[in-house]
Amino acid sequence: MARAAGHRRRSERRRFLKELARLAAVAGLAGLGLAGHGRAVQARPAQALRPPGALPERAFLGACLRCGLCVRACPYDTLRLATATGPVAPGTPYFIAREVPCEMCEDIPCVAACPSGALDPGLRDIDKARMGVAVLVDQESCLNWRGLRCDVCYRVCPLIDEAITLEPQHNRRTGRHAIFAPTVHADRCTGCGKCEHACVLEEAAIKVLPERLARGRLGRHYRLGWEEKAKAGGPLVPGLIDLPDRVPGGMP
Amino acid sequence: MRRMPGRAAAERRGWLAAHKWLLARRASQAAVFGLFLLGPLAGVWILRGNLSSSVVLGTVPLTDPFLLLQTLLAGHAPELTALAGGALVLAFYLLLGGRVYCAWVCPLNPVTDLAAWLRQRLGLGGGGGRLDPRLRWALLAAALGGAALTGTALWELVNPVSIVQRGIIFFLAPAAWVALAVFLFDLLVVPRGWCGRLCPAGAFWGVVGQAAVLRVTAPHRERCDRCMDCYAACPEPQVIRPALEGPGAPLVASGMCTNCGRCIDVCPQDVFRFGTRFHGKTMTAGLPGGREETT
Ligand code: SF4
Ligand code: SF4
Ligand code: SF4
Ligand code: SF4
Ligand code: SF4
Repeated sequence: MARAAGHRRRSERRRFLKELARLAAVAGLAGLGLAGHGRAVQARPAQALRPPGALPERAFLGACLRCGLCVRACPYDTLRLATATGPVAPGTPYFIAREVPCEMCEDIPCVAACPSGALDPGLRDIDKARMGVAVLVDQESCLNWRGLRCDVCYRVCPLIDEAITLEPQHNRRTGRHAIFAPTVHADRCTGCGKCEHACVLEEAAIKVLPERLARGRLGRHYRLGWEEKAKAGGPLVPGLIDLPDRVPGGMP
Repeated sequence: MRRMPGRAAAERRGWLAAHKWLLARRASQAAVFGLFLLGPLAGVWILRGNLSSSVVLGTVPLTDPFLLLQTLLAGHAPELTALAGGALVLAFYLLLGGRVYCAWVCPLNPVTDLAAWLRQRLGLGGGGGRLDPRLRWALLAAALGGAALTGTALWELVNPVSIVQRGIIFFLAPAAWVALAVFLFDLLVVPRGWCGRLCPAGAFWGVVGQAAVLRVTAPHRERCDRCMDCYAACPEPQVIRPALEGPGAPLVASGMCTNCGRCIDVCPQDVFRFGTRFHGKTMTAGLPGGREETT
């Protein structure tokens, strides 16, 4: 009798352990599948911009509660919550600049409404927001680059003459006019998307892109000679003789 | 004709008395979503946000503790607002039973209830051995472990509970497909499959409810004539047996009980009451038409 009971207990334990192993395997598989899916969503489409103050994407996906309080707080209906089937992580807030740009509210109501800190409450000055960087992606269709005076992107910019300037240069087509090239300065551009929204072309020639797509980066080892020279207050190699530059033959 | 749980009780005590908790729950679910929808539809902002996190009357924050736990495990230190909101909600459910969320708030509950009811109506049979109810613990572990390992709220990418509640409040149409998938899964694949076997949120709330004060009690269990209606109506039937058959107190002690009150409604012998975990004291329904009759 006692032996039979012991046997039963043992086989019960064995069954339980087997169940446990199976459940652990299921948990692991489910986790893996989810993690793969998570990776895919992290590659958010370039046109989907996060609200001002959003943490870097990965941290944002760990912090955002998907509550939509930022969406409700936005007075311009800029923000919306991602649907379950779209390419943006479901329930997270984003905006499409070409449809409704961010109006750069001075009191930043979206950030004030965020309960989680996924929108950094440390962002007090909307000019410091970095939702993306505007890039004039297509000089060939930009009207200003064709020598016309459209200037619309420049004029709508809340940080006109800081985030975007018009840089005059020679118009080689006419030979005697200027091209006023819209030029974005990434250190001031907030990525609000007003320029992209306002661009008069059928498809905007200026677009706000996430920083990772919009910007290049010098190698860390790179030094610009003239800057180093200015920093050092003189030539870096003392007593360097400045030889005349070699010029093609025949030139003075 | 199959025996439908609740019919015998309705014959004995009247339709209303045999559905009072069910009606109260549907009213509660409708009220929660109604209050959220008053904002976008009528500009009356009593509840702003959604079930994941919200603000009551522009002042009191509420946050889903399960979601908060995921963000904590993901390594994010939430702002005080979210933490306070989480503590408030947790305190509420610690008192009333974690899975009160399931029965009284969750938008998928009417969906899975409808599937279960239809199954009974159509005589699709019980079955249900096909998925181990402990699977939800595995999914809960995957959701929490996944958050910790990836630093993102991984489960929220697919969580049908939050997708559907958000879809209702923010008018996001694809949520309907998710609700339909859950419905069909429960109707055709595994009975009570989603809420009873898989949903990690339900599992989480089950843990919270383990210590809850509000309990279903069976003060008149000696009257039970084993009609089995309560088992047939209960979304977690395994929790009833100890209360009915002992040896312990006549109390549904499991945290997996959703405090839906269906067992109270459908029992023709009027065995069950809401009470507390301490003495299984009875308490009156306090609803119109829900007067208790002592037989
Ligand atoms: S800054 Fe203003 S316009 Fe821009 S997203 Fe926030 S609330 Fe909306
Ligand atoms: S308010 Fe914050 S937590 Fe809520 S959806 Fe917006 S970013 Fe996410
Ligand atoms: S996105 Fe365009 S409009 Fe907005 S700050 Fe940058 S350059 Fe200006
Ligand atoms: S088990 Fe999950 S889906 Fe079902 S009612 Fe509870 S939270 Fe909602
Ligand atoms: S025991 Fe009763 S109250 Fe609890 S889940 Fe089952 S039917 Fe609902």
